[in-house]
Amino acid sequence: MYRKLMATPYLFWVLCGTIIPLCMIMYYGFTDRTGNFTVSNVLAIFQPVHAQALGLALLLAFVSTLICLLLAFPLALILKGSSWGRKGFIVFIFILPMWMNFLLRTMAWQVILEKGGIFNTLLTTLHLPTLDIINTPAAIVLGMVYDFLPFMVLPIYNTLMKIDDNVIEAAYDLGATKGKVLKDILLPLSVPGIASGITMVFVPSLTTFVISNILGGGKIYLIGNIIEQEFTTSANWNLGSGLSLVMMVFIVISMGAMSKLDKSGEGNFI
Amino acid sequence: MKLLKGKRILILILALCLLCVCAVVMTGCGQKDRNEVRIYSYGDYIAPGLIKEFEKETGINVIYDTFDTNEEMYPVIKNQAGVYDVICPSDYMVERMRNEGLLSKIDYSKVPNFKNIGSRYLKIADRSYDPGNKYAVPYQWGIAGIMYNSSKIQKGEITSWNDLWNKKYKGSIIMQDSLRDTMGASLKALGYSLNSTKKSELSAAADYLVKQKPLVYKYANDSARDLLVGNSADVGVVWNGEVLYSQELNKDLDFVIPKEGTELFIDNWCVPKNAFHKSNAMKWINFMCRADVAYKNYEYLTYSTPNEAARKMMSKKLQNSKVLFPSDELLKKSEVLRDVGPDGDDLYSYYWKIFKSR
Repeated sequence: MYRKLMATPYLFWVLCGTIIPLCMIMYYGFTDRTGNFTVSNVLAIFQPVHAQALGLALLLAFVSTLICLLLAFPLALILKGSSWGRKGFIVFIFILPMWMNFLLRTMAWQVILEKGGIFNTLLTTLHLPTLDIINTPAAIVLGMVYDFLPFMVLPIYNTLMKIDDNVIEAAYDLGATKGKVLKDILLPLSVPGIASGITMVFVPSLTTFVISNILGGGKIYLIGNIIEQEFTTSANWNLGSGLSLVMMVFIVISMGAMSKLDKSGEGNFI
Repeated sequence: MKLLKGKRILILILALCLLCVCAVVMTGCGQKDRNEVRIYSYGDYIAPGLIKEFEKETGINVIYDTFDTNEEMYPVIKNQAGVYDVICPSDYMVERMRNEGLLSKIDYSKVPNFKNIGSRYLKIADRSYDPGNKYAVPYQWGIAGIMYNSSKIQKGEITSWNDLWNKKYKGSIIMQDSLRDTMGASLKALGYSLNSTKKSELSAAADYLVKQKPLVYKYANDSARDLLVGNSADVGVVWNGEVLYSQELNKDLDFVIPKEGTELFIDNWCVPKNAFHKSNAMKWINFMCRADVAYKNYEYLTYSTPNEAARKMMSKKLQNSKVLFPSDELLKKSEVLRDVGPDGDDLYSYYWKIFKSR
């Protein structure tokens, strides 16, 4: 009885924060403005405009996830290998930016990359050619990588730290080269961390509309921007919800695939 | 067991609190008898101190709530009768609310200061969103135009919307990131009405915008001004209310209203149909139309005022400023946004998406 009572606030939370909103999205997604049942909002994803935006979002999310992985794995390896007692400090440095508001950090990049911005002013005073990536997909990928890199580093670092050093030493004792240890021991054992890192970066990158708005200069439309437009300026909540449902399918698929790789849930860093 | 009881009581108390809050929210709006006026307006849209002044002069208690967009205000007025006595919708929203019977007529016998409102603004309202000027008293207005950096672009070089399609300005053009405004600019450039709902015209406007896209540095809203001030861009679409402020920061900036005509907006004071304190609402509107009050609001907002008496209080230079007070001829060619209905909205948003994702 007591335990059940303790759970009620959380039940209430789940009900208000998850179940009711999901039901509302389902309701809006499968009805039209007059309230009649329709599937056209969901099928609208096949319209060229929406499909294109989804394709671009998938591409950018894939690229930024890959870059995050390529940056994070070596870093985590270095952190594991280094014997300094400052390991915790370095991880802390990587998490530090997350204390600041995500919007502010993205806007800071805008100020840095702007044509008359900090970076380009610096380059011109040094008589170097300017870097014109603001308002292009490259700037968006940069923003995604910057914002989501900690989500990749932490789970990989956690799984790597859990690997027993004796296992690695045993491999060296048996004559394995550094490359072989990496390929046959470190990499396979850190798969759960990599998997959860990939989901943690891929899902927010896929759905973002803020980063593409701020760093894309309104010239690049990802699926997130389309959904945002439907809810805000176009006031077509039905279409927005329908497209959100499609997005949810993609997210559920990627999370499902990743949780297969991370069966024991080791990679969850929190 | 005792602890358990305590927890139970706590939960009960919490639940009761929640209920009380709900009850207050639902019933708290019912007091008709108080001497007050409930105002619902854009945030930061009245010069500080004016509300206190009104309360002191009339003894009426002011309750002031704010919204960010017309779309946010609309359901509140539609669903909760009698919550507010005075609202401040923009032109197209006045049209929609008026058509749906959500507004009540202004009692002009109680608003003598209405005579201060310039007739040319009333004419615009009369021929678009408020025929007969029965429901809305103009409060602030503005007009869109092109601001450019005269150190990079010669004066007089830009006269038309089509100049924003000039390849010379590649990478230094700022357009607004706003559906109706930017579609409107494109429609005007092509010589159509910016309230067109014809598929052929909208599709042509979207194609025209696609053509412009490689030349555009950025689609921005509020930051457009800052990019022009900071020399990140040379030419952009801004509202005239931003110009005087921008020129203070960057003397090279100049402003022109395209010869094809442009978009203008008028924000108005209106009274909802079921307002409880209608006579107090009229007193508020009358106060807002007073010359010195309108002047204070102009000074604070730097947007143009439709109040001719307030205009006379400005310096000669500002009174005749083409930025604040464009010629009648240009106003005649310009349009306010109209409510195009749900089908029209869908068309606009469809073509906007096509242009944006290209």
